[in-house]
Amino acid sequence: MKLGPLEEHYDVVVVGAGHAGCEAALACARLSLSTIIFTVAMDAVAFMPCNPHIGGSSKGHLVREIDALGGEMGKNIDRTYLQYKMLNTSKGPAVHSPRAQADKQLYSFEMRKVLQNTENLTLRQAEVSELIVKDKKICGVRTLSGANYYAKAVILCTGTYLNARCLFGEVIDYTGPNGLKAATHLTSSLKENGVEMRRFKTGTPARIDGRSIDYSVLTPQYGDEKVKPFSFSTDPDSLTRPQYPCYLTYTNEKTHEIIRDNLDRSPIYAGIIEGTGPRYCPSIEDKVVKFSEKDRHQLFLEPESLFTNEIYIDGLSSSLPEEVQHAVIHSIKGLENAKIVRNAYAIEYDCISGDQLLLSLEFKNIKGLFSGGQFNGSSGYEEAAAQGLIAGINAAMEIFGREPLILDRSTSYIGVLIDDLVTKEQVEPYRMMTSRAEYRLLLRQDNADLRLTSYGHDVGLVSDERYEYVLKKKREIASEIERVAAVTVNPTEKNQDILRSLGSAEIVNQCSLSDLIRRPELDYESVCVFDEGRPSLSDEVKEQVNIDIKYEGYIKRQEVSVERFKKAEGRRIPPDIDYEKVPSLRIEARQKLAKYRPVNIGQASRIGGVSPADISVLLVYLKSGKYKKDGNE
Amino acid sequence: MNDILNTDTIAAISTGYSSGGIAVIRISGKDAFSSADRIFRGMDSPLSSCASHTVHYGHIVDPSLELIVDEVLVSIFRAPRTYTREDVVEISCHGGMFVARKILSLLFEYVRPAEPGEFTKRAFLNGRIDLSEANAVADIISSDNDRYLLNAERQLSGVLAKKVEDFRSKIVHEAAFIESAVDDPENYSLDGYGDVLSEKVDELIKGLSDLSETFSEGRIMKEGVETLIIGKPNVGKSSILNCLSRNESAIVTDIPGTTRDLISEKIRLSGITLNLIDSAGVHEADDRVEAIGVERTLSKIDEAKLIIFAVDSSEELDENDYHIFEKIRGKNVIVLLNKSDKPQALSEGSLEKLADLSKYVLQFSAKNGDGIEKLGSAISDIIFSGKGSEGRDIIITDERQKAECDNAVRSLLLVKRSIEDGLSEDFFTQDLMDAYDALGRIIGKGVSEDLIEEIFSKFCMGK
Repeated sequence: MKLGPLEEHYDVVVVGAGHAGCEAALACARLSLSTIIFTVAMDAVAFMPCNPHIGGSSKGHLVREIDALGGEMGKNIDRTYLQYKMLNTSKGPAVHSPRAQADKQLYSFEMRKVLQNTENLTLRQAEVSELIVKDKKICGVRTLSGANYYAKAVILCTGTYLNARCLFGEVIDYTGPNGLKAATHLTSSLKENGVEMRRFKTGTPARIDGRSIDYSVLTPQYGDEKVKPFSFSTDPDSLTRPQYPCYLTYTNEKTHEIIRDNLDRSPIYAGIIEGTGPRYCPSIEDKVVKFSEKDRHQLFLEPESLFTNEIYIDGLSSSLPEEVQHAVIHSIKGLENAKIVRNAYAIEYDCISGDQLLLSLEFKNIKGLFSGGQFNGSSGYEEAAAQGLIAGINAAMEIFGREPLILDRSTSYIGVLIDDLVTKEQVEPYRMMTSRAEYRLLLRQDNADLRLTSYGHDVGLVSDERYEYVLKKKREIASEIERVAAVTVNPTEKNQDILRSLGSAEIVNQCSLSDLIRRPELDYESVCVFDEGRPSLSDEVKEQVNIDIKYEGYIKRQEVSVERFKKAEGRRIPPDIDYEKVPSLRIEARQKLAKYRPVNIGQASRIGGVSPADISVLLVYLKSGKYKKDGNE
Repeated sequence: MNDILNTDTIAAISTGYSSGGIAVIRISGKDAFSSADRIFRGMDSPLSSCASHTVHYGHIVDPSLELIVDEVLVSIFRAPRTYTREDVVEISCHGGMFVARKILSLLFEYVRPAEPGEFTKRAFLNGRIDLSEANAVADIISSDNDRYLLNAERQLSGVLAKKVEDFRSKIVHEAAFIESAVDDPENYSLDGYGDVLSEKVDELIKGLSDLSETFSEGRIMKEGVETLIIGKPNVGKSSILNCLSRNESAIVTDIPGTTRDLISEKIRLSGITLNLIDSAGVHEADDRVEAIGVERTLSKIDEAKLIIFAVDSSEELDENDYHIFEKIRGKNVIVLLNKSDKPQALSEGSLEKLADLSKYVLQFSAKNGDGIEKLGSAISDIIFSGKGSEGRDIIITDERQKAECDNAVRSLLLVKRSIEDGLSEDFFTQDLMDAYDALGRIIGKGVSEDLIEEIFSKFCMGK
């Protein structure tokens, strides 16, 4: 019997098995949809081609949110960390952010293990080369070998692999990151289906042999003694693995001189690279040029894995020629004799601009086609995983005929991330930052479970048991806050003595315990001497009670802002509005609005190039009845 | 439907309703050219085929009779490089309301009358000018004194916007520094930053409070000073009033919406508008020798910001003078020793008592106008605390601008409090950015990506 091309049927196809793809595929499979995930390199599932850490400022928030929604990243880093640190502990609770050094190899193995042990999930190594689209609706994908995989939804998580090329000095390698196979066919299929492609770049520093570093002259950086798990369902006491230090060193004038002397050989400065790179992740040559007043830059030496002796040089991303990289590294204290294992390089790749997507991460013009991760113009493992999870959930919701899960900016960093990607023009790979979140005091990493578990439960990724647990926690917090407000402290001699011993001023009149907690030098724990009837509560409940009381004024102010925000988000713009018919709109605003097609006034106001005056014009038009007269409704 | 979003065409006399050498009629909207062509006859007709930003000589005719109404110059401006960003035609005709109104009435066959401020509204809505500039235009239109006009012109040229932008850039710079440190804690330390910020916030608060305070002057410039001319019967209040109005030949026409019921007249002196409270009452009291008139005036003392106390210097003070004297003690008083043209009769003691009441005791003659300049500078001294508005670069004249300025100050005070309470730096940003937002609203700008841009451009972030 002669055989035709392979043909298989699934509910969902996921293209790419990086951090976005893994979350997307797991979400779909866990929601009982038959799912297949493709990767060009089976040994690089959930691979970390750049830095060896998960979390960090605002990215730690994303991981906690992914976990609260029922994603995998938090659990996986809890299984594989080499070092754990809570960043910004000297600052307010809004910006505390967990970060872990990951064992890269282990991280990848563990995630692959999870995928391969998830029901309904098939892994396959193949390059997806074509989309199968009929009548603006996705029907499946075709691989390079001609096999057809039919599906109700397809999720693109191609990362930095599309038409990728890696560059350093005069060398150009047409590969994906780290010498892995690039995916060279899908771009043209996307273009044929009307998807507009763009080109971004990023870069990574060299890895050096740990045995060749003189650690004796460097400052070690240890992790926190107490590890707080990323996942809300990891038992903190179970995390007892040993931690490993990173080391701090600096560039110096000599380093900068070498860089300046060879700047013309950097493909970026020579004009070979056309893609736009991220400003927040500048190469060392960028830093030397742009911040010439700085006589040194910090570098962190971070272990990549217990299975290798490769060390990542955080802060030294570069695309200078090999021999310059060697000279640069050897000019640095402690690295005088360092042996390079892998060169630094810049990588260029195809991706899209987010304006082609709905907030559900579905393509506006191709039904059933979703995308997540660096393909959408973001950067970072955590940003990718967050989008992958949402794209996966929403592909499933669409198949189930349910409303998509759209998290707005007041609910989560994930909401901010996706709204920014879809609504604002991105000139560079998008990185999460706490300053992007307008309501960050409400969106803390410590309360991600309180904020998002119900959404995760509602879509079906969070168990009833977990959901009940969070509800109970919420109740305990609320009743404890109420109780503490009713506890009074009197200005007795004894109480004044205690206050003095706590380094706090005496009280003049009777006050509530909450008043004392609000004092900068006191907190919920330290005032327990005044609180005889205090119930026994878990640490996580106590933490919430303390934060909610201590920062009540600030929290309330942000809640007022959220109300205002919700109002604008609630003013919906009819999906069929014709901006050509809105009189008096400036041409730029008209074009931008038509391009982004915001769903509400709030979103419209965040589009770059749309001014407050344009918004007033739009509002008046919608109210005026002229909208109806123009044949709408 | 007079909806501003209609692309209908509007017209109005844009030189104001006064008699000048010429009057200008402005037409704006998509039918500006075609409507003008209906009534314009000239070498270059039709205007719709002429180049933009050109001037054309010709005549306005009544099209039904082809009768010439006036000889005119017509300027044409094609969208978008116009005041409203729409097609604009300006007809310069001979002065006098009759001609201008006649032309306008011919135009109203084709276009509708512009509402007050509608040209500016369109300019704003079409993105041609920002909010503070739009305010300034409205101010110029309704301005009735010189100082005010000067300030409005400054606002229009963007001095206010520049000043506000300057405050904003200082604020966003600090916020961006904090945010860089928060997002990149390993490269930026905030040790000791609270003290640095505290000083900078103090400066900002001072600068913004000063700006906000200019509103009291701004309001005076815009709305005038509530002024009461008081004096016993027969000291010459009405002749003083006549003298003041005659001198500047400027009894200002009432502007709807700005005039309070009590204000019967507005006069202008040294570039300051004086709103005379209940001066009708003063007239009556002057005519009839009845204390009742005086009593009625006395009841208005509290409403007045400025009191001009007239005494007859050709007679010694009597109990009626002292009666008023007691009522106005502690107020902003200028004493006018009227009838300086007659032999003076005031005793040393009386003069001392008057000097005690006010440091402005001025010789004045309503009859020949002597002392009017001194009166003007005394008023200016009192109202502008001797500073004089010319010394300031910009003055806020709009209630909304002042409110936002005050909001910004309030937010900055919260930053101060957070610093004093020992909160960590990330709390400062919340209120810094609120202040930034408030100032942005003065000039019609949103925050959007400003903070992020600043972080990237000024600080070396990340890996």
